[in-house]
Amino acid sequence: MKKRKERIDRGIKARSGDIFALSSWREMLYLSAPRLIPIIGFMVLPLVLGDYWQKVLLSVAVFALLAISWDILAQSGMISLGQALFFGTGAYAAGIFNYYWHWHPLISIAAATIAGGLLCTLFLLPVLRLRGIYFSMVTLIIPLMLVRIIEATKIFGGTEGLTGIEALSSKWIELYLAMAVLTAALFGFRRMIASDYGLILKAINDNDRSVINAGINIYWFKTQALFISACVGAFAGAFMTHVYMFAGMPVFALDYSILPIAAAVVGGPGTLAGATLGAFILVPLSEILRGIGGLRIVLYGLFLVVFIVALPEGIFQYVQRKYHQFERWVEVE
Amino acid sequence: MFLGTIVYALVNSVILALMAIGFNLTFGISGVANFAYGALYIFSAYASWMLMNLLHIPYLPAAVISILLTTLLGALMYRFVLLRIRGQVLSEVIATFGIGLAILELFRYLGFVGFEYTLPVFIDRSFFIAGTYVDMQRIIIVIAGVLIVVALWIFTHHTAVGLAFRGIAQDERTALSLGIDSDWIATLSVSFGAGLAALAATIIIPLGSISPGEGYDVLIKALAVCIIGGLGSTGGVIVASFIIGFAERFTDSYIGSHWTMIVSLAAILIVLIVKPSGLFGKQKELEERI
Amino acid sequence: MAPSALLQVTGVYKNFGGVQAVSDLSFELSPGELLGLIGPNGCGKTTTVNLITGFVKPSQGKIFFQGRNITGMAPHKIVRLGIARTFQMVKPFYQLPAYKNMIIPLYSPRVKQLAGGKYGDRDAVALDLLEEVGFERDAYVAYKNASVLPQGYLKRLELAKAIALQPDLMILDELFSGLSLAEVASILPIIEKLRQEGKTIIMIEHRLKELFRIADRVVVLNFGEKIAEGPSNVVMESDAVKKAYLGVEA
Repeated sequence: MKKRKERIDRGIKARSGDIFALSSWREMLYLSAPRLIPIIGFMVLPLVLGDYWQKVLLSVAVFALLAISWDILAQSGMISLGQALFFGTGAYAAGIFNYYWHWHPLISIAAATIAGGLLCTLFLLPVLRLRGIYFSMVTLIIPLMLVRIIEATKIFGGTEGLTGIEALSSKWIELYLAMAVLTAALFGFRRMIASDYGLILKAINDNDRSVINAGINIYWFKTQALFISACVGAFAGAFMTHVYMFAGMPVFALDYSILPIAAAVVGGPGTLAGATLGAFILVPLSEILRGIGGLRIVLYGLFLVVFIVALPEGIFQYVQRKYHQFERWVEVE
Repeated sequence: MFLGTIVYALVNSVILALMAIGFNLTFGISGVANFAYGALYIFSAYASWMLMNLLHIPYLPAAVISILLTTLLGALMYRFVLLRIRGQVLSEVIATFGIGLAILELFRYLGFVGFEYTLPVFIDRSFFIAGTYVDMQRIIIVIAGVLIVVALWIFTHHTAVGLAFRGIAQDERTALSLGIDSDWIATLSVSFGAGLAALAATIIIPLGSISPGEGYDVLIKALAVCIIGGLGSTGGVIVASFIIGFAERFTDSYIGSHWTMIVSLAAILIVLIVKPSGLFGKQKELEERI
Repeated sequence: MAPSALLQVTGVYKNFGGVQAVSDLSFELSPGELLGLIGPNGCGKTTTVNLITGFVKPSQGKIFFQGRNITGMAPHKIVRLGIARTFQMVKPFYQLPAYKNMIIPLYSPRVKQLAGGKYGDRDAVALDLLEEVGFERDAYVAYKNASVLPQGYLKRLELAKAIALQPDLMILDELFSGLSLAEVASILPIIEKLRQEGKTIIMIEHRLKELFRIADRVVVLNFGEKIAEGPSNVVMESDAVKKAYLGVEA
């Protein structure tokens, strides 16, 4: 007897989705819970965690931002293998602003976000006209080459890096700045992706000729997506520079490229929420697994392969489906 | 010094071409960008080392076995991973990158780092050419490089499998309708690419030592050469290897060794700005897809 | 060269690596005309469309639209001047409702420009346009996902996407291919209505019978060359056309 899986919207989804007069608290909760849980979580987590896990939370936020930045690009058909480029450029920019010119940390972070975004966009502009694969190749190469260049030419402190950079005035500012930006990025860009503008970006990835045929300059749109994504990544780097009070070669490390991709793939690409969820799973996991050292990266590599092949939709889509629909097996002839 | 630099630049160029040619072959035929390429290169080197030092097999059989093992690994990678995500560029890139990462970092974790991890040179002699000493291994590299390119040309132009390769590369659908199994050819293309990586490793590694970091280096160099030469073009790979090879050696000799990476990066950026599809790239932006 | 011509193609050549796809092609189009572009498979019809719309650059020759030289102009700029086309292979967003598929053309800078700098309510415009091409509003067809729509509706969606751009010249690339007689019959009135509104149209078609009913003039291509031009009944009588189409020695 053959069976197939049938998926049916839960009653509560049908009621609260199409009818705009909500009739019970339950329905209101059903609609708002997916939004409230992360927001409340972001607000409460810094308060309940101890010192050590607060630090972990900061890197969760940073990797979540990098993963969001990766996902925005992936939506527009650009697969970056070098988020470290965005991160590192932002980090060095902030380092330079503060080390050489003594800018206030908050101003330096803001300026580095924009400057890093612009610089990365300029770097990658020539590749935008080519197939996606070139984008992957170039983004993989550039950060690794930049490390060598800094090492060899000894600019910006060379192997020593820029040390003694001013920290933000308190850890609470650090924590809540990170959480605020993460919340804004998550919900803001989710809205952007769902808007008509986001639809055009997806359309460029899907069927660029039909977009060109609407008189839309696809390269200009891709450039915009690249700039937005690069700014998000550069912010993460600039922020970390002021947290660690240091900007040096490690900011171009492969970790900053791989972990965000792993987070987005494990969480589920295309939703941004998946990328954030992935970061919230993988970063603490790698803290717990600190003992096994290098084997972590092996695990990330395997995660990537397994999720891409076996569960390409990622955890978030899976959870979302379970939340909205129930499934049952029905017989077929 | 000038002539000596030329000799070393020539060797350097051939090394680059050897490193890139497998990656390029796979991409040119099946459109798979194998980001596990550097890892396969290192895998074969470690395999040879283990066969020699743990199982005490002589060098030549050890090298042959490890090349075959790497070729097989490439085929398995296609059959069990890539076949399931065929045609989805995003997934292919991430999956091959993930595999490469897992292989390289596993070796690093297992502690395969150090100067003892090296392969012996084929013949330990050196010659005095053009005012510099050149060791036998470098001469072997140049000869092997030329032989491999010629062999590849004969293979793709005069054998059935090679012609099928070219058929798929030109038009997958037409090739399919002529009874060429594109999955099988793609499997072969990935495994041949892996085999070429292993062959390159066997010839080149004796000049230095084996390390996981070298795997990333090889991938970067292969990508750089392919970007400059144009993806999928064998002629482009050779020309680009010579451009980078000579540029690197000459900056090394006359400006300073730490400038070599800048020269490569500058070369990539200039080529991308002037001719985004690479010197010999067949990518014609929109026209290609109509 | 008539000064009033909307589109002028003069002496255009295009070769793809040795293959001559189009050679020495010239024709003109006056405003309000419906031109049929016909010929056997692989005769260069689609290349001609790609040349006019800028997707392919001619090796030689010039193309003028409304007196402006558009040879080698970027495709999105040509669209903004007022040339819209449909694609032979429809490739909508299957996971989106039909009316959401209309967002792409409605996001066009041309639409914004013609509306005086404002886009307006895109969803509402989309629904109106879809109703115009036969998406029955009462049956909520426009709200259905593109994945469940039959081919006939997908072709109409494609047509609606072109209409949304409010073009001066529409190029319909094999709009009828793969459709049943009934579906073709239901789309024909839409095209006739567009003509009454004064739109200039180029139709590439294999369905000659339907085409000849509405076309003012026909250009016949074979091996990239124009072998005949004129009113449909005259053209079909010419020996060269018979030979090219039917393989009959005249």
